[in-house]
Amino acid sequence: MNGSDVTISRVGKSFGSFAALDDVSLDIKKGEFFSLLGPSGCGKTTLLRILGGFEVPDEGTVAIDGVDVVGLSADKRRTNTVFQSYALFPHLSIFENVAFPLRLRKVPSKTLTSRVKDYLSLVQLEAHADKMPAQLSGGQKQRVAIARALINEPSVLLLDEPLSALDAKLRQHMLVELDSIHDKVGITFIYVTHDQGEALSVSDRIAVMNQGRVLQVGPPHEIYEDPATDFVARFIGETNLFRGEVVRSEGLLATVAIPEVGEVLVTTDDPVPALSQVSFAVRPEKIRIAAQKPAAARKDLNVVKGHVDEPIYSGFQTKFYVRTEKGVTFKVFKQHADYSDKGPEIKWKQEVFLSWSAEDGTLVEVARP
Amino acid sequence: MSDAALNADAANAANGTAARATRHAGPGRSGLESRQRHAKARARSSFSGFAYWATIVFFFMPLVVLLVASFDKEKGGDWSGFSLVWYAKLFTESGELWRAFGNSVAIALASALTATVLGTLAAIGVTWYRFPFRGYVRTLNFLPMILPEIVIGISLLVFFAGVGLKLGLVSIYIAHATFNLPFVFLMVSARLDEFDYSVIEAARDLGASEFQTLMKVIVPMSMPGIASGFLTAVTLSLEDFVITFFVTGPGATTLPLFVYSAIRFGVSPVINALSVVMVAGTVALILPLRNYLKYIAAK
Repeated sequence: MNGSDVTISRVGKSFGSFAALDDVSLDIKKGEFFSLLGPSGCGKTTLLRILGGFEVPDEGTVAIDGVDVVGLSADKRRTNTVFQSYALFPHLSIFENVAFPLRLRKVPSKTLTSRVKDYLSLVQLEAHADKMPAQLSGGQKQRVAIARALINEPSVLLLDEPLSALDAKLRQHMLVELDSIHDKVGITFIYVTHDQGEALSVSDRIAVMNQGRVLQVGPPHEIYEDPATDFVARFIGETNLFRGEVVRSEGLLATVAIPEVGEVLVTTDDPVPALSQVSFAVRPEKIRIAAQKPAAARKDLNVVKGHVDEPIYSGFQTKFYVRTEKGVTFKVFKQHADYSDKGPEIKWKQEVFLSWSAEDGTLVEVARP
Repeated sequence: MSDAALNADAANAANGTAARATRHAGPGRSGLESRQRHAKARARSSFSGFAYWATIVFFFMPLVVLLVASFDKEKGGDWSGFSLVWYAKLFTESGELWRAFGNSVAIALASALTATVLGTLAAIGVTWYRFPFRGYVRTLNFLPMILPEIVIGISLLVFFAGVGLKLGLVSIYIAHATFNLPFVFLMVSARLDEFDYSVIEAARDLGASEFQTLMKVIVPMSMPGIASGFLTAVTLSLEDFVITFFVTGPGATTLPLFVYSAIRFGVSPVINALSVVMVAGTVALILPLRNYLKYIAAK
């Protein structure tokens, strides 16, 4: 099997007065595990349905391996879809569900049987071939749907929130399985999800969408560490985000004045001139929390004093909400890397010092003067 | 104390009455078992049990009377001895009755089949395609079910006269197919409404053409609705009197029409015998199918 390049250019789609997609362009590479990530109603499912041939875009083109497919119906495309609701045929056994595409093409029965067995074993369901869909669990149904979608040897597999109906533990397990299936078949996977955790853990690249637009495209670490907009910063993981103004700029080190926090040092990729309006973000796990003021050995260390509002213990870490003197709340994650049975070192209402280096923060949106 | 005993005690504590019952019953019985025995004892003496049996008697008493009367030697109310004379008459000397019966069966099967094919296609079309006045089509469909039969009968008669169709078996067949169609439409629509539309999209996605999707996915998945629609149509056609009465012509007699005309000259016990044969036939049909009927009802 071989994957395909998918080129989406300037695609727009409206339902009545609602613009589901607005000038969307994406280049998806052969064999990539590509995720469309965004909140519900952001247009990600509409885009997937356009790729699958279930919707026709109002504007723009969609090309698979350079050939425009707009206007081709779903049965004439080399794409197959795994539906959110599994969409198994309830009147057919698991074997017949998976065999369905082959029966349509009148594949001889010997080839058919061995192919179906191959794909059932790919998703570890050989033992359930004779059961009916109603007899399977959610995770098993999902695997049948994947096998059925793959047996046609599509060059692009479209997955529409395939794990959203499963419970959290099973979701993790299926995610790993999906990743290994992707490695085995090597075709292009386009994965729609609203769950940033899923997208970060399996994707080669992610497109973050909101209100019909693509906000940022990049590999997971880039999306997480260098969000392009405030929305992306807030949507992916948790963050502390503030609006401020650059007051001093020395090369790649900027000083940002944030009304609720004070002056904050941050390193930047390009020089940012003074008077730029910016938003500043620092991830909760990058902030250190301590009962004593850190020694002022480093010049580039930002220190903020506050009180613990709410410690939330969850085994591997504690999440602190720390209220500063100026009344804003910082989120801080403290990992429990070392064994300790003495109980929490930092307690409710205690005075604490938060610190992070200039390199740990990032400027998200920059409006130069 | 073993774990099992601990669990049993916990269950007992949760239900005081059951716990006491368990102690009396001796060790080894779980609280659940004794609760089940309580439930059964309650059901046996309850009012709903009485109502159930009263209903059964009320429903089936007339059938029992009919059954007994069909074996009565003489015509009339009092029992005058066991005899199969009416059955003999039914099977040997009632040619006209059997002709009417044959007409009824033929019309029932033909009109039910027609209504099933048309009604199923209509239901699929109205459910899955978007077109103007779609909602009105659905509502209008209920009209023949609500309208008095006499109105439908007259309108069909006027229509047949208008187009110049000779009244007879063909006009009865058309009339029956017409009034059966809404029932099939309704039952198949109800089934289709429960469908997940993505199943249709999945079929198309996997390479099925529109027609293949219809034949391999939509029709098989609607089968319970289609089958119950067909059976309903057969029943409605077999028993219809009013509409048939309006659209029948000389020589075209169905069983209900025949029975009605026979009754005008006094109830012949042959009719009793025929009724018993039909009840027996229905029961013989339903018994092997009862699991399937339950399945349809559950859908």
